[in-house]
Amino acid sequence: MIKVTQLTKRYARTTAVDQISFEVAKGQIVGFLGPNGAGKTTTMRMLTCFLPPSSGTATVAGFDVLDRPLEVKKRIGYLPETPPIYPEMATSEYLQFVGKLKGLSGADLAKRVDYVCGRCAIADVKSKLLGKLSKGYRQRVGLAQAIIHNPDVLILDEPTAGLDPKQINETRDLIKDLAGEHTIILSTHILPEVEQTCELVLIINKGKLVATDSVRNLQARARGAESVLVEIAGRAGSFEPSLVLQKLEQLPGVSRVLCKEQMDARAIFEVESKKESFVRGDLARAIVESGWDLNELRPAAMSLEEVFLQLTGSEAPTPEESPVEVQA
Amino acid sequence: MRNVWIICRKELGSYFASPVAYILLIMFGLIFGYFFWNALGEFVFESIQSQMSGQSFPMNVNEWIIRPLLSNISVINLFFIPLITMRLFAEEKRTGTIELLATSPVRDGEIILGKWLAALILYACIYSFTAVNFAFLFHYGHPDLKPLLVAYLGVFLQAGALLAIGTFISTLTKNQIIAGAVSFGVCLLLYVFAWVSGYETAAWARVMAYMSISTHADSFYKGVINSKDAVFYLTVIFLGLFFTARSMESLRWRS
Repeated sequence: MIKVTQLTKRYARTTAVDQISFEVAKGQIVGFLGPNGAGKTTTMRMLTCFLPPSSGTATVAGFDVLDRPLEVKKRIGYLPETPPIYPEMATSEYLQFVGKLKGLSGADLAKRVDYVCGRCAIADVKSKLLGKLSKGYRQRVGLAQAIIHNPDVLILDEPTAGLDPKQINETRDLIKDLAGEHTIILSTHILPEVEQTCELVLIINKGKLVATDSVRNLQARARGAESVLVEIAGRAGSFEPSLVLQKLEQLPGVSRVLCKEQMDARAIFEVESKKESFVRGDLARAIVESGWDLNELRPAAMSLEEVFLQLTGSEAPTPEESPVEVQA
Repeated sequence: MRNVWIICRKELGSYFASPVAYILLIMFGLIFGYFFWNALGEFVFESIQSQMSGQSFPMNVNEWIIRPLLSNISVINLFFIPLITMRLFAEEKRTGTIELLATSPVRDGEIILGKWLAALILYACIYSFTAVNFAFLFHYGHPDLKPLLVAYLGVFLQAGALLAIGTFISTLTKNQIIAGAVSFGVCLLLYVFAWVSGYETAAWARVMAYMSISTHADSFYKGVINSKDAVFYLTVIFLGLFFTARSMESLRWRS
């Protein structure tokens, strides 16, 4: 459905997008992942014919973005980072305007407006002015605007940015819901979003594509060693975490032990094992045989976040973007 | 053509959904009403004087009232037209809605034409206010209709040209105030370019005077349709819209 070859965008001094190539099959949801300023928006703008590429080609449904922009635009629904709404228009008026722009008319138009209002749950604000809507509603109107002409391809630039956790979940569900009918490319810097919604992940950093793979493959690829978290408790007074540390380190297969947290009679350790050695059984036995209680033992799966950091080599996301808060 | 109309309708909608259109209408109505009242007063005063002096000469309503009033309108235009055009593209650029228009299956030319047409229609609405005042003249006197219509056409063409220039300037910035201020400056300069012909006859002065939008209106005010002058305004409209299209294109390559 989408084919991008050696796509490049250069500005006077910087190269925003540097020779990226990828292909998206029909019906796929693709996550475009990267830190801020990595070139996600620029790539999307080239795909939507908003910006012409400096070199390389991109085709949507077989039409080149430079040679046949009108054909491409007919097949694309685009939600920019800030929903492109006119504050002085009412919701239904706005959707009708966009529908007409995209070539709908008459009964067809009325039907599609009703359909997208239902689909994006904005029927209750149909006659309200867009300027008076909340951020979540505006985002949904933006999404409704993108799907009004039933496009083959949906391009969503940070569709959940600036929403509260409940709205984020709703938007994600809506996107997943739409996936059956449209090919979707969405960009984000929020990692759980990709983990939850996308089949294919494109990781982009400083304009270069650093990885293209499925979420599962990416996790597997980045995980060199397995690590488990164990919580161990002993009798108050006589519990000595350093002793436990020593004991665990001597186990066969264990490469590194870290004490992550320490309370009066309990402690949490992260135990890293060598590649392809399964230590969880030995670990549990050793702990119990030494007279301690094993409160918890769970695998510390490498999250996409770590994969991402490893691939982009960038700093951890700032607190307000941290996935912990998002999932709360 | 359908797309032009869609854009035009939307623009008219935003003019009339906000107070912008009404405030412009009211202010124009007030200003022109005052101008009219003054011109009429002077006309009455002069005609009484000429009768009292015993040597009464014929006074023409067209020449004494309509012509000076319509040439005054082109001065009012200098203030009103930037107010109409300044938001056309600057606002869309600021709020990001330009991305919606540019990624819709619509040509740049259709967007530009639609916006300019909307501005022209709003201007025509404002401008038609003057007809209310002139209706009194027709009720109480016998002015010639044809010269009035020709003069109307001249002012309208001149406004179309200034609107095209304003539309172009609006694509250059995200800031409405800047777009308005620059448009006003450019319109005013184009208006007063004619002054140089008063003291200079060199080629550059003649070119400057020719470029002035006020030079080409005189024939219309006299009730004569001069095709040279009409072509001048149509050329300015075309150039203004052409530069708008180029500016929109360069926006994409640079942004």
